[in-house]
Amino acid sequence: MSREQAMVAPAESRSYYGRPIVKEPAWEQPDVPLYLFLGGTAGASASMAALARATGLPRLARTGTLVAAGGSLASVVALIHDLGRPERFLYMLRVFKPTSPLSVGSWILAPFSALATASAASTLTGRLGPLGTLAGAGTGLLGPAMCTYTAVLLADTATPAWHEGRRELPVLFAGSAAASGAGAALLLVPTTETAPARRLGLAGAAAERAAGHRLEHDLGVVSETYRTGRAGTLLKAGKALTAVGAGLSLLGGRSRLASAAAGAAYLAAGVCTRFGVFAAGVASARDPKYTVIPQRERMARNTKGAPAARGRPS
Amino acid sequence: MSESGYADAQPRMGFFTDTSVCIGCKACEVACKEWNLVPAAGDASDMDLLGLSYDNTGDLGANSWRHVAFVEQQVPASRVDNLGMPAIGAPEQEDEAGVRWLMSSDVCKHCTHAACLDVCPTGALFRTEFDTVVVQPDICNGCGYCVPACPYGVIEKREEDGRAFKCTLCYDRIGDGLEPACAQACPTDSIQYGELDELRERAELRKQALHDDGVTEARLYGDDPDDGVGGDGAFFLLLDEPEAYGLPPDPVVTTRDLPAMWRRAGAAALGVAAAVVASFAGARR
Repeated sequence: MSREQAMVAPAESRSYYGRPIVKEPAWEQPDVPLYLFLGGTAGASASMAALARATGLPRLARTGTLVAAGGSLASVVALIHDLGRPERFLYMLRVFKPTSPLSVGSWILAPFSALATASAASTLTGRLGPLGTLAGAGTGLLGPAMCTYTAVLLADTATPAWHEGRRELPVLFAGSAAASGAGAALLLVPTTETAPARRLGLAGAAAERAAGHRLEHDLGVVSETYRTGRAGTLLKAGKALTAVGAGLSLLGGRSRLASAAAGAAYLAAGVCTRFGVFAAGVASARDPKYTVIPQRERMARNTKGAPAARGRPS
Repeated sequence: MSESGYADAQPRMGFFTDTSVCIGCKACEVACKEWNLVPAAGDASDMDLLGLSYDNTGDLGANSWRHVAFVEQQVPASRVDNLGMPAIGAPEQEDEAGVRWLMSSDVCKHCTHAACLDVCPTGALFRTEFDTVVVQPDICNGCGYCVPACPYGVIEKREEDGRAFKCTLCYDRIGDGLEPACAQACPTDSIQYGELDELRERAELRKQALHDDGVTEARLYGDDPDDGVGGDGAFFLLLDEPEAYGLPPDPVVTTRDLPAMWRRAGAAALGVAAAVVASFAGARR
């Protein structure tokens, strides 16, 4: 306040009538948050399925294969539905651009969903078993990339909550995807085969919580957007549901019902987390202070000792 | 090779918008709409007055490729020239309170390192031989990634069309040696079009002249090739901090951080792989 009073022409607050500087994400809800959730769930499920097949857990392998195919295909549908020109969806593959996370992502998503579908078709029909296993192994290898590329997709934008959170989002999405993939298995697979899913769920929940905590507290003023409003509500719900899932998976013993409930809680948590992160991005784009303050802070850090700051009289 | 990737055969073309002589006539907005056949923004209800001084455009977007901002500021009366204009019912002003109007015609910055172009997955956005950044409407599939990528909030999806639109720096005119419609229409030469190197020199002289006249708050914005976007092809002379005009004070092209982000995502993916493998080790049930 004292700084402003000392200036010659303070008059306006430092924004243009409080209007946003950057544009809100053009992506629609629920398309894109669902695309994030489904892709991550499919990725973790595919990796689990590949290892389950190799270690002799047939029902976990079968469920993981089907979830990977269903999730990735639904993710593709959500992505296409969000396009302004859906009939041009194949244009996503007309170039490969390393500078575009959406191009890289399309080149991960396309082979993943094709291989996952092939593997699922083999599983369902019982035909071409070796090829199905090979396709399943391929999806298993691509699975981890499916879990995290969407974090770069969001972070490579001028949306303050996402770009400022670029170090945390990959870990958050990895953890959330692992927990959601584990959740699908806990929900659908008998408890005789869910021990790996239980452990993966716990690991995912821990990673998600650690990254979530940093997003909520370590990003300066931008962290507000992860704690308040619609995003705050969704992320708190996600946190609680993750805790419920982890607790039930630990304490439920061999109960099929407890295991299924744990799985459902993990999946619901994944949905809340993805919608919450999306909402934080929207909120951070709407208020210009989330654009201006981090930039002013960066300028102050970078120009310490330097003669003049950019954008100021020189 | 220039920073943006073109060899030097064709000089880089751009805009210098000198806001100190903008009179807020909006001829640029009108000329742009007419030449580029840019439709009205949304339905009739969007034609309402915004109540933001004389600004009823609000911001740049799919249907506004030039936007004149009107900033009203309280300043000491001594800073305001009395033009002797007739006034009817003007509100009584306190002795020491004057008002100054800052007007500025905003436009796509045609960044040296353009985030919209970097993140476009289809190649619809491309860099022209003039070092400007243009959307090819026959390629754009409306993924919308360019919209949040732009650090200035310029490019936008046209909802009823589905594709993204923004200023082309009149690509169809400058190829024929004409100047862009907005620059041609500007009655005060606030919008100047030309070779970027020459514009930068001219802008520096103008800033110096204003400083010599005591207008010490004059500053250039987007002229620095070392800034976060590698300098703008369309840059400005402003009379206040950028954020007063709705401009970001220190924009960066976020793809600058892309290698670090991919490394982070790769590490996280390896973490997932390790967690899955570990979860299958040990007891089976």
